[in-house]
Amino acid sequence: MTLSAFLIQLLNGLAGASSLFLVSVGLSLTFGVTRVVNFAHGSLMMLGAYIAYSLIAGLGGGAAGYWAAVALSALAVAGVGVLIERFLLRRLYGAPELLQLTATFGVVLIVKDVVLALWGPEDLLGPRAPGFSGSVNILGSAVPQYDLLLIALGPLVLFLLTWLLRTTRWGILVRAASEDREMTAALGVNQAWLFSGVFFLGALLAGLAGALQLPREPANLNMDLAVIAEVFVVTVVGGLGSIPGAFIAALIIGVAKALCIAIGELAVFGVVLSFPKLTLVAEFIVMAIVLALRPWGLFGRPPALPRPSEQRELLRPPGRPLHVIAAAALIFMALLPLFADEYTLVLLTDISIFALFAASLHFMMGPGGMPSFGHAAYFGLSAYAAALLARTLPMESALLIAPLFAGLAALVYGWFCVRLSGVYLAMLTLAFAQITWSIAFQWDAVTGGSNGLTGVWPAQWLSSRRAYYWLTLTAAAIAILALWRIIFSPFGYALRGVRDSPLRAAAIGIDPRATQWAGFTIAGLFAGIAGALYAFSKGSISPETLSIPRSIDALVMVLLGGLQTLVGPVLGAAVLTSLQDSIVRHTEFWRATVGAVVIALVLFFPDGLAGIVQRMGVRGRHPT
Amino acid sequence: MLRTLKLAMVLVCAAMLPLPAAAQAIKLGELNSYKTFPAFLEPYKKGMDLAVEEINRSGGLLQRSVELVVRDDNGNPGDAVRVAEELLAREKVDVLMGTFSSAVGLAVADFAKQRRFIFLASEPLTDKIVWENGNRYTFRLRPSTYMQTAMLVAEAAKLGKRRWAIVYPDYEYGKSATAAFRQLMTAQQSATIEFLEFPAPLGKIDAGPVVQAMADARPDAIFSSLFAADLAKFVREGELRGLFRDQAVFNLLGGEPEYLDPLKDEAPVGWYVTGYPWSAIATSEHKRFLDAYRAKYQDYPRQGSVVGYSIVMTAAAAIRKAGSTDTEKLVAAMQGLVVDTPFGRISYRAIDHQSTMGAYVGRIAVKDGKGVMIDWRYANGADYLPADDWVRAHRPAD
Repeated sequence: MTLSAFLIQLLNGLAGASSLFLVSVGLSLTFGVTRVVNFAHGSLMMLGAYIAYSLIAGLGGGAAGYWAAVALSALAVAGVGVLIERFLLRRLYGAPELLQLTATFGVVLIVKDVVLALWGPEDLLGPRAPGFSGSVNILGSAVPQYDLLLIALGPLVLFLLTWLLRTTRWGILVRAASEDREMTAALGVNQAWLFSGVFFLGALLAGLAGALQLPREPANLNMDLAVIAEVFVVTVVGGLGSIPGAFIAALIIGVAKALCIAIGELAVFGVVLSFPKLTLVAEFIVMAIVLALRPWGLFGRPPALPRPSEQRELLRPPGRPLHVIAAAALIFMALLPLFADEYTLVLLTDISIFALFAASLHFMMGPGGMPSFGHAAYFGLSAYAAALLARTLPMESALLIAPLFAGLAALVYGWFCVRLSGVYLAMLTLAFAQITWSIAFQWDAVTGGSNGLTGVWPAQWLSSRRAYYWLTLTAAAIAILALWRIIFSPFGYALRGVRDSPLRAAAIGIDPRATQWAGFTIAGLFAGIAGALYAFSKGSISPETLSIPRSIDALVMVLLGGLQTLVGPVLGAAVLTSLQDSIVRHTEFWRATVGAVVIALVLFFPDGLAGIVQRMGVRGRHPT
Repeated sequence: MLRTLKLAMVLVCAAMLPLPAAAQAIKLGELNSYKTFPAFLEPYKKGMDLAVEEINRSGGLLQRSVELVVRDDNGNPGDAVRVAEELLAREKVDVLMGTFSSAVGLAVADFAKQRRFIFLASEPLTDKIVWENGNRYTFRLRPSTYMQTAMLVAEAAKLGKRRWAIVYPDYEYGKSATAAFRQLMTAQQSATIEFLEFPAPLGKIDAGPVVQAMADARPDAIFSSLFAADLAKFVREGELRGLFRDQAVFNLLGGEPEYLDPLKDEAPVGWYVTGYPWSAIATSEHKRFLDAYRAKYQDYPRQGSVVGYSIVMTAAAAIRKAGSTDTEKLVAAMQGLVVDTPFGRISYRAIDHQSTMGAYVGRIAVKDGKGVMIDWRYANGADYLPADDWVRAHRPAD
């Protein structure tokens, strides 16, 4: 590569970085202040692109019309953002942490279907930007003028936002709220208005980013999920709430990607490395490295010493009513094959597997206090291990051994992850999951690449739907009961002690990190059991078992069910799976319908579905 | 009171009993990633509905009407297998068909083998579904990645270019296309050829740097298997950066209306593509299809419409020939089955269960502000398949 080629690629990287920063900065802002993990940020960006496409066509040609359309679409998306904040998120600020995530997941599903219904399925390529439609010659290469505009826009937005946050009264209040929400509220600042304002600005920036993307990319239905992971990475690598941090993070990732592409294939010690293939996970590799070195991102600061968390009720061993109900439910499910149709068994096999998967995530998030956005790593890894082992071993042994690989991965990944906390921890789990996913996706010779592996069927005696259902039911029930047993073992109490007060736990001789590490590993191992059962129930596996949607599904199940209960994840898995199964059949807009139902559930049962059960009087034993 | 209750129970039970078989429609169970790939699959569904309507209007099959049971597989193999279970166990469909992506197609094909049930794969392009992973119960309609690449190679080899830049989406389809292109080009041309590869993540191509890297490599010609948003980004960046100037460019699938139409007047003139020039095909079988489609939907057909229409016609032809909906009889009927499609008469090869449906090969031009295919010819799929010995060596015995 010549020097001039290298410099041009650097320029390309800067353009990509600027565009990435513009999408991310809105999330960084809202995330920093409201702590809302807004999955719908990518959807807002997509909406911006679509609205801009229509407005540009509607306002006719000419530069004035074009740029007015860009500004108007940003405003329109800002309006949508305020609506989401006002009617959805505001009702959830008091709810358990991360519940807003479930609500915004519902929004993602709805926006996708609405966009499909309004704009149709075909990609919509917008016109080039007037005044920036050509290219200029730099060092003998043609560089699009629009790239140069983007390179200028990134720092400009950074400058404007910094000015806004540093000097205006509103900005000072926003910063105060980022530091300490409760204190700001106690000083008489109207939080509702502040949050609405932040959301307005965040959504405005998302919409603007979408509109600005239009000359580079057609408006399409995959925009939302294509950017959302990357946007979170930028926010976290920069440090929560740090706008300059987001800028630097976008710069690192944008330039790293461009250089990977520029380097191409390279032989190192006789091994040919294909750097362009790395772009699949470049941002996650960057994030893993940054978080391993700086647990709060580049410019983030450790949060002020956590206040004693809000008084929650101590989770107690289930009382007799729950024992009776659980036993009755199990007996009923065991007898089901005698009268239910075959498909019911298939569906219940899925539900049992997901219930165990969700329960393992719940173990980590609820009692363990370690949120994870990448739990599918252990589910999928074990599924792959099962498929590969079954080639040489009997299926039964493969089923037993495979989860150990998931446990092993959790042991390794966990060592890094337990050094962090909160969203940073969750994002590091995501990074590991994505790196695992990309290996499975690209290692054709072993994992079958994007196709995955087929022919992973159970042994003859388990091959009927009925037999496999019984096996799954038994295994899942035993595993879930074991998880519950662990929660009420001395280890479980230690885990919860570390979650609520690491300092006090350390003072009485509990090693917080070791305890969390063990908890992390156990959660991975049990997710692995679910993964191995899943592989043999489907007969094939693909990288999808390791993917972000798989992790998100589990997260939504846990949060729907209720984080601080035992039966929550089981209920959440049953509800979400059967919801998806039944709604798909009955309406064309099944995605939006699932989204709407999820939002309704979150609004009506902020404590989770298990909250209903508790209200019905099935409480834990109280010491009297 | 008790008597009323008993009566009610009897009535409920009666309602649950299956209807007499004679009145029952033949059920075609179709699963696809409707919400994941709507640009292709909405026209696909319209094509299927048109076919079912035509069949029923002409008296159905085996004196029974035909009914489509359509399910969304959510674009992932795990859900697809569950949906397939539902179609078999609860809906009791007579034929299983559909799927879009290679991963889902292969998973359902393996499921069909396990449950010993006929599966007509309509769209997945992966070569493995008929060769390495082929099985007794699975048949595939569309010309595969290998076949369509071979159609383009026939043109590419004529140019005698030595240095090829290959850009592709980094997953099964793009990798197979690249591998097939390299293998076929090397076999066709005696001179040594250099291939430079530029993989890009599916749906997330970083077009600026990729185009720049390709330009820096100074190739003689370009082979691309990009599609959808990736293709649009590549075309725009490439034009801006002058990558395509005086360059021969080949793009698999680039002429399919699904991917060509969004480019509008920026459709890259002169590119060699496979696709579907719907407005210009004058054969009587296509004209009949085109008229019927436009009359029903007031819209023109896309590539997906033809695939959806033809897969239903395939199922119908198989059921007619077998005189039954028994899976084993259908599998027997599928061997060498002849089907009339909008692209003309095709047959399903007994050796590997691949249909001989072809594709149109031509070059892109812009007419009235829209991309069209010109100088095209129909490439019959039968002419672009490897030798039988090769197939036997690569396909597992039943």
